[in-house]
Amino acid sequence: MIATTGTALTPHAYLQARSRWGVIEIAFWLATLLPFFLFPNYLSLASQIAITALFALSLDLILGYAGIVSLGHAAFFGLGAYAAGIFSKFVWGEPLSGLVVAAVVAGVVGYATSFIIARFRHLTLIMITLGLGFLVHELANSAHFITGGADGLQGVRIWPIFNYFRFDLYGYTAYSYSLVVLFLTFLVARRLINSPFGLALRGIRENPNRMPAIGASSRAHIRKIYTISATIAGIAGGLLAQTTETVSLGSIDFQRSADVVVMLVLGGVGKLYGGLLGAIIFMVARDQFSGLNPQFWYFPIGVLLVAVVMFLPGGILGGLSRLLAGIRGRRP
Amino acid sequence: MAEPLLAISDVRAGYGDAIVLDNVTLEIPDHGSLAVLGRNGVGKSTLFLTIMGYTNVSRGTIVWRGRDITRMAPHRRARVGIGWVAQEREIFPSLSVEENLTVASRPGRWDLKSVHDLFPRLAERKNSKGNQLSGGEQQMLAIARALMTNPALLLLDEPMEGLAPIIVEEVERAIRRMIKDEGTAIVLVEQHAEIALSLTQQAVLLERGRIVHRAPSAELMRDSATLNRYIGLSIEAPAA
Repeated sequence: MIATTGTALTPHAYLQARSRWGVIEIAFWLATLLPFFLFPNYLSLASQIAITALFALSLDLILGYAGIVSLGHAAFFGLGAYAAGIFSKFVWGEPLSGLVVAAVVAGVVGYATSFIIARFRHLTLIMITLGLGFLVHELANSAHFITGGADGLQGVRIWPIFNYFRFDLYGYTAYSYSLVVLFLTFLVARRLINSPFGLALRGIRENPNRMPAIGASSRAHIRKIYTISATIAGIAGGLLAQTTETVSLGSIDFQRSADVVVMLVLGGVGKLYGGLLGAIIFMVARDQFSGLNPQFWYFPIGVLLVAVVMFLPGGILGGLSRLLAGIRGRRP
Repeated sequence: MAEPLLAISDVRAGYGDAIVLDNVTLEIPDHGSLAVLGRNGVGKSTLFLTIMGYTNVSRGTIVWRGRDITRMAPHRRARVGIGWVAQEREIFPSLSVEENLTVASRPGRWDLKSVHDLFPRLAERKNSKGNQLSGGEQQMLAIARALMTNPALLLLDEPMEGLAPIIVEEVERAIRRMIKDEGTAIVLVEQHAEIALSLTQQAVLLERGRIVHRAPSAELMRDSATLNRYIGLSIEAPAA
């Protein structure tokens, strides 16, 4: 929240005041440690949630802050996953360097496509992202000799982190690793959003034609954030490949692109924590509901999605913060 | 004579194939002020869009401090020192007043403190969202946001339009202060001809995309025949 006391007079001081850590934020991150104690049997799921949350965070940077709706964001997730998997298979299995490779591959492709992305908006843009997503999916499918195609990439072996923390069956290492990467990336994203660049992005989201008139090139900003977002999506994909030691076409297909949009909308767009919350709700719901009925687990998600979009325009997080503001006796 | 701040020579501009402005030549000196008058649809807003780089310029040049900017991208024109307050105001609706200002901030004599000084109302409403503001507040914010870029030249497109008389007075006072005290060069498009002429040194009349009359503002103020002919009003009996 914005500090209400005093006026910060320089942009720097103003943005700094905005970026102070709140109690709820600290509590949230402490709560991410709870699975180690409360649900030690669910650490693999917790690790998947952390990875998915990171992917949702990457989408929030472009969708929530720059207004770029993408239905093909799994392309970067999948590129990262395949890059990390193939790297471990043919070069070596050291995980941190593998993650860097995943980030670089996704980032480079993100940068290359950002020139197209920055030129379009609305339906055209959505169709372009969708098309790019299909394109990358088909490439992964047809490059069977290296990706394993529909059979998935087999033979991924990841060394222990720092040559010490072995990936165990219970997912203890996997969750610790994913959580640390999520947290560090989140810090970067948070810093970025609370910078003048982040504020300019929000201006672009609201009115891309207006921003140049106050000195910011909308296209250059969009290219930057799209590249950053693709890089983070690639890191998330790389994490999945490394923690599961396999890569399937499912890491790069349309379903994954659509799911991450659903999570972000459920949680709340443009709030950094929305994607995190959405990923938790979505993944836990999938885990629980598919236990009850493996055929129709998406049904309750669909109901929830429609309800949230109709009644909670700011997503679940937006609803919660309105509730909190009401309790504090302030107008939202 | 000193080099003008902005020199527009023989410009033909429009959208796509449509020509809206033709044969427009204008000079604005440093610290100068110019009123642009004319009926609706004569190309006043297009003149501003052309100065900002949002139209197709098919002939002529636009020169800023001796440098040709005819083909320069809009965001770079903003950075060299041209500020623009569009008629539509275009406040960012979900950004707070303070964020609307901060997003435009560039170093210079205008900062949050000095624009709050100019428009105290903005300091009172700093945490309100753009879409929670009244029309008058939005206009003040639009002007203040343009000032935050610390422009040497400010283009104001009908800043008094649709405002209550008391707000018009406040905006008028602010513009006067920008011109007189701060020395910001200003081009003012305004339907309230008498206010525009009282604020500025020079004036031009536009008709069908061409400049049809030039005069010092004080002189044009007394020339009711010309005013009546081109904008259909006289100072003594302003049209509603």
